[in-house]
Amino acid sequence: MQIEMREEKKQEFWRWKESNWKNPDIEWRSGKFITLGIDVGSVSSQAVVMVDGQIFAYSNMRTGSDSPHSARKALDFVLEATDMPEDRVDYCVGTGYGRVNVPMADRTITEIACHARGANFIYGPEVRTVLDVGGQDIKAIQCDEKGRVTNFLMNDKCAAGTGRGMEVFADLLGISIDEVGERSFQVKEEPPPVSSTCVVYAKSEALGLLRKGWSREKVLAAYCRAMAERIYSLVERLGVKPQLAVTGGLAKNSGVIERLMFMIGLKPMNSKWDAQIAGAIGAALFGYALCQKGKGRKK
Amino acid sequence: MLANYGYKDGSGDYFITINTDLCNGCGECVAVCPANIFIVVDEDPNDPMRDGPVAIVAEEKKKKLKYECNPCKPTQNRPPLPCVEACKTGAISHSW
Amino acid sequence: MISAGIDCGAKKTKTVIMRDGKIAGKGIVLAGFDLDKAVQDSYKMALRQAGIRSEDVESIGGTGAGKEAVKNADELVNEIKAMARGAFYFFPDARTVVDVGAEEGRAAKLDEKGNAIDFAINEKCAAGAGTFIEAMARALETPLEEMGPLALKSDKQIPMNAQCVIFAESEVVGLIHAKTPKADISRAIHDAMASRIVSMIRRIGVNKEVVMLGGVAYNPAFVEAIRRELDLERLYVPDYPEFGMAVGAAVVAAEKAQGR
Repeated sequence: MQIEMREEKKQEFWRWKESNWKNPDIEWRSGKFITLGIDVGSVSSQAVVMVDGQIFAYSNMRTGSDSPHSARKALDFVLEATDMPEDRVDYCVGTGYGRVNVPMADRTITEIACHARGANFIYGPEVRTVLDVGGQDIKAIQCDEKGRVTNFLMNDKCAAGTGRGMEVFADLLGISIDEVGERSFQVKEEPPPVSSTCVVYAKSEALGLLRKGWSREKVLAAYCRAMAERIYSLVERLGVKPQLAVTGGLAKNSGVIERLMFMIGLKPMNSKWDAQIAGAIGAALFGYALCQKGKGRKK
Repeated sequence: MLANYGYKDGSGDYFITINTDLCNGCGECVAVCPANIFIVVDEDPNDPMRDGPVAIVAEEKKKKLKYECNPCKPTQNRPPLPCVEACKTGAISHSW
Repeated sequence: MISAGIDCGAKKTKTVIMRDGKIAGKGIVLAGFDLDKAVQDSYKMALRQAGIRSEDVESIGGTGAGKEAVKNADELVNEIKAMARGAFYFFPDARTVVDVGAEEGRAAKLDEKGNAIDFAINEKCAAGAGTFIEAMARALETPLEEMGPLALKSDKQIPMNAQCVIFAESEVVGLIHAKTPKADISRAIHDAMASRIVSMIRRIGVNKEVVMLGGVAYNPAFVEAIRRELDLERLYVPDYPEFGMAVGAAVVAAEKAQGR
């Protein structure tokens, strides 16, 4: 039925490989402060272990329906890649949508702050604007050269522009999410965007366009354009200061992102690190800063 | 830091911006708001390195700002907003 | 004087034929994709019911989001005016009217002559209109007309976190998985919807008597939730609230033809 089909499709979309990794060049035994960042998102969870502010190990896995235990699972998964005992950790910071469910955290810090800090680490001090386009929310963050947040907004009220909104539309057109990008460019010329940014009304409009004889690709292009415009107007409230980094699941959707980057007029930065771990990196870095201020766990 | 709480949906932009560089956590906004939009917390959740209390928009209000703020925003004869008036440092602003 | 009012709503096209100030016939069809045809079908249906030939209609008023489709309209009536006149026709004591349709929620303040002197609209967001309840009915796997009676069975108030149709669908699915009774979920849906509509109404101020029009007024749980939130003893709903605006358009068309 309709609802089950949606859930199945959701699982297919998020079918990336769970992974853990240990940095071969770092020896935890000679580290002064070992800090742990755990980011429990609605869809995925990450754990990052840092030794004196350098990435020692990380894990990345699906949160699933088991949010209360995701922090423990992510932590166990990262430690599996190392020979470090858990009690060597000097400070643990929890973040993300499920940060209330990180029992081993010494404190929690919002995703906004952790994302900016993490982006500063993985993209470098030139990054000034971070746009995180997630499954259920859109975050636009401006930061300084140290990764401190100077301006931010988050939209999690309205599905337009989020991965979820895209999923609903892709369902309607019978196009799988990973094909959206490519198919949206299979048009002779770029059509005008659908007039409504509300996903529900855009769907009605789309049905009308299909009846008028528009191809699915053309309707998809019109919707991707509307979504790009929606995200653009959100981020314009902050203003986009170069350099720009784009993270989150929708970043892989070229149908929206290419149109958006064209509107913004910038090329987003690249990094050797997977941007998905940015939140957990930021959390671990905050832990490091707090240890340096003398707030680490007493041993 | 400019903390923009709220959202944009099909009908418009509804953001309350708190400038945390100006906010001193005095709590006057909390006292005058009829909808309990604001809370003062000891530490800025978005800026852990900042010391001192700060006002934030309550979590459960963020997604309903247009509706929660409606009592202070009638269609006619709109008075100055109580929260903006009460804030002596000018830290609060509304986008609508 | 025989006049017609045609309301081209987002979901349905409604026609009312009025003869000498009384409703003589009504017609209603789904708007579908061919609005011109819907207008014709709805109009013919109302004429048949009234036993009147189209030549006898002296003035036609068109209203609603799709009113441009009423090609033979003598008057195009804006929705606020149509709503106000419709409410005033049914209840001359009406001073506040609320009309919740499929895609828009509206409220207006009336003077003692039935003119709208102020108004507020919830537009362009499906969570502020009838589409919300319709979509939640699908998520709850319950026919739309049963949603109201189902909600009335509940005595428990659960808050809804989501303020968007798309996110609310997921929230409802989550509540179902958590084995929340369907009646409680339905009630939460109605309360959430009513809260948004009431917030809009409060912007224009609430003056008695309050009248509700629009398709959603058929929903007893919604009407009750609005009445409760507004703390009113009575909320007036005419027999056929869906036709409220069409009546208003017919009234205005008649007035204009009579030179008023």
